[in-house]
Amino acid sequence: MEWFLANWELVARLSLDHLRISLIPIVVGFLLSVPIGWFAQRFPATRGLVLGGVGVLYTIPSLALFMLLPPVLGISVLSEANVIIALTIYAVAIMVRTVADAFASIEPHTLRSATAMGYAEWGRFFSVELPLAGPVLLAGLRVVAVSTVSLVTVGVLVGIQSLGYLFTDGFQRKIVPEVFTGVVMTFLIALIVDALLVLIGRLVLPWSHLAKKPVEAGA
Amino acid sequence: MDLLWEALTWLFSPEQYQGEGSIPQRVAEHLLYTAGATAIAAVVAVPIGYFIGHTGRGGTWVVGITGAARALPSFGLILLLVLMLGVSERVTASLVALVLLGIPPLMAGAYSGMQQIPRATIDAARAQGMTEWQIIWTVEIPLSLPLLLGGLRGAVLQIVATATLVAYVGLGGLGYDIIQGIPLRRFDQTVGTALVIVVVALVLDGLLSALTTWVTPRGVQQGRLTDVRARDSISRAAPVATTAASPEKKTTQQRKATL
Repeated sequence: MEWFLANWELVARLSLDHLRISLIPIVVGFLLSVPIGWFAQRFPATRGLVLGGVGVLYTIPSLALFMLLPPVLGISVLSEANVIIALTIYAVAIMVRTVADAFASIEPHTLRSATAMGYAEWGRFFSVELPLAGPVLLAGLRVVAVSTVSLVTVGVLVGIQSLGYLFTDGFQRKIVPEVFTGVVMTFLIALIVDALLVLIGRLVLPWSHLAKKPVEAGA
Repeated sequence: MDLLWEALTWLFSPEQYQGEGSIPQRVAEHLLYTAGATAIAAVVAVPIGYFIGHTGRGGTWVVGITGAARALPSFGLILLLVLMLGVSERVTASLVALVLLGIPPLMAGAYSGMQQIPRATIDAARAQGMTEWQIIWTVEIPLSLPLLLGGLRGAVLQIVATATLVAYVGLGGLGYDIIQGIPLRRFDQTVGTALVIVVVALVLDGLLSALTTWVTPRGVQQGRLTDVRARDSISRAAPVATTAASPEKKTTQQRKATL
């Protein structure tokens, strides 16, 4: 606690950096996964290929991805873009499967009724499919958010400042409270982002409390 | 792209394959950490998961722990444990961190594997006069294997990825050449090692996936942990286009019949 009080400004600054680096992959990952997952579900022939592809991406350890992206994309290893793009890839890898499942879980009768009532494909997507898939999408997004916040810390190994800095700095200077603060703050930020998502879910999807049940997305 | 070429040159130059710190040695260390941590995690997690799944008590616990574990930064956990146990105990400390990471997915796999078995199947086994142990060994465990292995796959994936980070506390493994190479800007070395890590991770995942298919009892759909919910949704989703649907529909009915 003493260490925290003496260094709270550093902790606050790193927490903000951490939050900023986490939010981009969460949001962009979500926006990318919805069309990809929907596509995989709508055209079953592509389902295996798409889900297999994201499965492979998810299998790549983060430290390896941080090394492999720069030569492929022509960016610097030590750039923030490297970490943000890598985390976006993980977000997509986790989320696409959930999105495909979410759209698959809609009763086909409901979809046929919507078509019979005169919905065109796009209209049906936005006013019927998306709202019905919402609770499962939210559950998947919560998993993505929490694991992104925790993965950002590894970025410190390629020089990206986040709460992970407290890990390496505290370790090298042998200050246990510093490392401890880093772990606790990362955990707290994950909890806060998760709570925010639940709140947004309540506001955007007031008709469903399905989202209460957390989804088991493979670790 | 030049860098990729340099990385391949580094990767295939003979000096990486001999002496202290060679690639085969790093791969062996990495696999050793992974196997050790996974085995200990399984010994701890599987009985607990099975107990909870069999008795049906404490399921919310498992779900809560699995969710919370995801928020725990594994890198920080390793460094914290090493500092707390002392640098001389860094092997134990790192192993503890890796075990802690492996426990939640394995426990969730064991738990949900048992929990998804229809009550009717277990009641039928009991009605045939099976003892409680017979039910566990011959009905529940075989039927739970696909999901348990899904959990194992998740655990191994986590542990392989995190084992790259233990090099930071002075251990070996495949992370060593990356973590040591970044400050030296030896990017041929870091990228080359990253390629090895990817291959190791993919091969392990592929082997476990094949194992899952192999142990799955006939008629039970194989799946990762993720598929607990997916299966349910697939069976409800007879796709709108009836022409494309026929093969999937058939498997759905088979699944329904067997589950």
